[in-house]
Amino acid sequence: MSPLTSTYSSPVTPNARGGAFKLVGLLLIGLGILGLLVAAFGAEAVSPVLTGLGGTAALTVGGLLYVWEARKQKSVAEQNNGAWQNDVTARGASAWVLGVVLTGFYVLLYWFPDTLRGLVLAVEPLSQLLRNRPADHWFLYGTFYTLAILIMGVHALLKYRNSNYHIIRTVSVMFFQLGFAFLLPALLLFLNKPEFYFSYFWPLKYDYLFPGTVSYLIDNGAALGVFMVFWGAVFSFLATPVLTYFWGKRWYCSWVCGCGGLAETAGDPYRHLSDKSKKAWQWEVAIIYPIFGFIIFTTLILWINSWSEGKLLGNLSQGFSSTYGFFIGAMFSGVIGVGFYPIMGNRVWCRFGCPMAAYLGLLQKHFSRFRITTNGGQCISCGNCSTYCEMGIDVRHYAQQGKPIIRSSCVGCGICAHVCPRGVLKLENGPRENRYAPTTLIKRNDVGILN
Amino acid sequence: MQQSQHLVIIGNGIAGVTLAQHVRQKSNCRITLVSEESATHFSRPALMYVYMGHMRYKDILPYPVWYWQKHNLQQVHGRVTKVDFEKKELELQNGESIEYDTLVLATGSCPAFYNWPGQNLKGVQGLVTLQDLQSMEENTKEVSEAVIVGGGLIGVEMAEMLLSRGIAVTILVRDMHYWYNVLPKQEAILVANNIRRHGINLLFGEELRSINPDAEGRVQSITTQSGKQLRCQFVGLATGVIPNVAFLRNSGLETDRGILVNEFFETSQPEVYAIGDCAQFRHPAPDAPAVEQLWYTGRQHGEALAQTLTGNRQKYNRGPWFNSAKFLDMEYQTYGFVPATWDTSYDSLYWEHSDGAKAIRLLYEQESGLLIGVNLLGIRYRHDLCHHWLQQQYTIHQVMQELPAVNFDPEFFQRYEQELYTQYAQRFPNQATPASKTNWWDLRNHFNLFSSSDSC
Repeated sequence: MSPLTSTYSSPVTPNARGGAFKLVGLLLIGLGILGLLVAAFGAEAVSPVLTGLGGTAALTVGGLLYVWEARKQKSVAEQNNGAWQNDVTARGASAWVLGVVLTGFYVLLYWFPDTLRGLVLAVEPLSQLLRNRPADHWFLYGTFYTLAILIMGVHALLKYRNSNYHIIRTVSVMFFQLGFAFLLPALLLFLNKPEFYFSYFWPLKYDYLFPGTVSYLIDNGAALGVFMVFWGAVFSFLATPVLTYFWGKRWYCSWVCGCGGLAETAGDPYRHLSDKSKKAWQWEVAIIYPIFGFIIFTTLILWINSWSEGKLLGNLSQGFSSTYGFFIGAMFSGVIGVGFYPIMGNRVWCRFGCPMAAYLGLLQKHFSRFRITTNGGQCISCGNCSTYCEMGIDVRHYAQQGKPIIRSSCVGCGICAHVCPRGVLKLENGPRENRYAPTTLIKRNDVGILN
Repeated sequence: MQQSQHLVIIGNGIAGVTLAQHVRQKSNCRITLVSEESATHFSRPALMYVYMGHMRYKDILPYPVWYWQKHNLQQVHGRVTKVDFEKKELELQNGESIEYDTLVLATGSCPAFYNWPGQNLKGVQGLVTLQDLQSMEENTKEVSEAVIVGGGLIGVEMAEMLLSRGIAVTILVRDMHYWYNVLPKQEAILVANNIRRHGINLLFGEELRSINPDAEGRVQSITTQSGKQLRCQFVGLATGVIPNVAFLRNSGLETDRGILVNEFFETSQPEVYAIGDCAQFRHPAPDAPAVEQLWYTGRQHGEALAQTLTGNRQKYNRGPWFNSAKFLDMEYQTYGFVPATWDTSYDSLYWEHSDGAKAIRLLYEQESGLLIGVNLLGIRYRHDLCHHWLQQQYTIHQVMQELPAVNFDPEFFQRYEQELYTQYAQRFPNQATPASKTNWWDLRNHFNLFSSSDSC
């Protein structure tokens, strides 16, 4: 008899699989970053288009190659392996470096846009092609933003590839970013129409219903401008409540919105980092509703001011836009919202800052058919749902008591139901009658998190 | 329980904690949970996710610190060395003692080892406790090949864990099919294929003979009963669990495999109860095991005993059986009772997807058509509705009327109930009428399948 027969059919070492493609991907990513650095800081010694646009292309191809290999070689159940062990997804040193780089980019973008001149020149041909006008730093930002959603959208598609819900949802955010938030606004400029984002509404895009913007659109866009104003108003006051009544806030936050789109794709590897504590929830409530209230108040005041022909407040609109835009738009949504992805999770802006989220949340909580159902007495309190909730909801708190999860902050991404190892959760829409009623199969000891 | 009384629970697993929570709801008595294993309650089925890096240890704690304070549940982290039933007192290893008025033993399980040569070598272990998880972390460093003995749920969990570290795994399965004391052959084959697809090697009809050491006293290989020798640096023993009652032997408490209890969880000692994995029913219900070793039954024991302790003396009645698990990426649910094999007085509707990752089985009694049980692989059904069917003794014909309402898969998932119905219609051409009650929300209202105590 032979000693020590090895019966291992195939030596499975997941780390070794697909190594070559990963390596090529990493090389291209490195090359791309190098190109972008040269474009940014090379004082135009080499053509910024060659280094910058070429670098972006290399980064895209390399990123896709790497993402493909890294995700395909893991089965669906293995996708979260190491999330709390790998440096870059567990607030290690590389996560901090990434956070600083992202934050630094936002600082340059908002406060020192001239420093990005090299990169802006790099996307000049693209801007001419799409918009028939010179590139600026916002076009550069839009290009990078869209690419991030597309590349990391592929990442999400592979990670959640066994779930039709996530496939359709991810394709949806990729579509709305590329079409509605990138190509369509560019086309409008190309045709010398007012730039307009059909996928953003008041109160997130608060100035779309400010008198100044309304008159600008109507004056400059003629019939199209009137339609834009009409579209914005209809979505804010009619479509939003109706859609949220039927499907909850997810129709927007995890299907359409660009901020949500970035969070669900580029931010997806950091979703477990969101703070689940009671304290975080208290902060959330204390910040987000005042912001929403502030937007409503300001909008009303501006209209009153406009109707009184400026007698009331003078030229307040301008001052408001720049102040609020700076603190909320720049500081919050950009620097903290995205720059801190690797440290605070991917939905900081959506949880703590977004007025649209507050509006949708109130509707979802009090005027919607949406809920996440807990399947009878099947919960094993493992904590995957709470851990991977990007909105920091302690999903397990409800699931282990057999209660449905009805929370204003829930964006309906569906990842809790996906990571649950017992298939206990289901996002669904049903009658509002007995919407909060739990299962009879678990006896509960009723305890609220917030009293 | 009076306010002045002291309820002491040994064990802070799901059974003990559920009991404490439900007693607290109705009583202001003093409640203390004593555990040697951990300072606070954690989710045992989630241990594997800590090893694989999906969560940190603190993420698998179901209740935050404030919870225990708010409900005034005292937690003692220490080992009980002796129980004095005469003096109603526990002795802890650190020399302290705790007096009780009512004692509940919820000490759980420990791995069952069967005196294999080499079972105490370095690199050999089971997986039940938090300490086992820590040793697994140690024992699997620098390991490239591992053998798991036993093809149950813990076995496949250990295999999945090892796989996440790039360790090649072979599982020894005693039977000729996977988990064949529980799963019917078709389901067993699907599960086995799925396990193999992930690169795990399954050896059927093989049992462990010995574990062989290297020069340093670490496991180097194992030998099977058939004489095969497999090289490995880690051995996971997953051949079941036994009640953790060793410290109670010769204490005056009647034990067998576990602590013997009646249907009120009363032991042979007054004011002493036992629940969860460590309890053994003197007279188990028909078709029910004497020792129930599941998360769900642990919780149900806790719920039931809490009623008795708070003045509503109640027999344990677990109701229709259910369980769920996950084999790597394949979910498994079962409702009612589907045995591995059945005689000709039973029959089943069985549908299997061509992708080999999904299956549905409805087992029923031939003559009456009575639904006996449901097995699901890769498909989710509503627990509340399945429970209702079994409780109300639905026939397969009644089930078919409501089948579309039972699916619990996420939105946009393909539904397969129609394929099951086609099979049914072929088998019962005379009874088959298309499903009439297809809306879950209507059924939920109609049969009152929700708890109304709690609407806010």
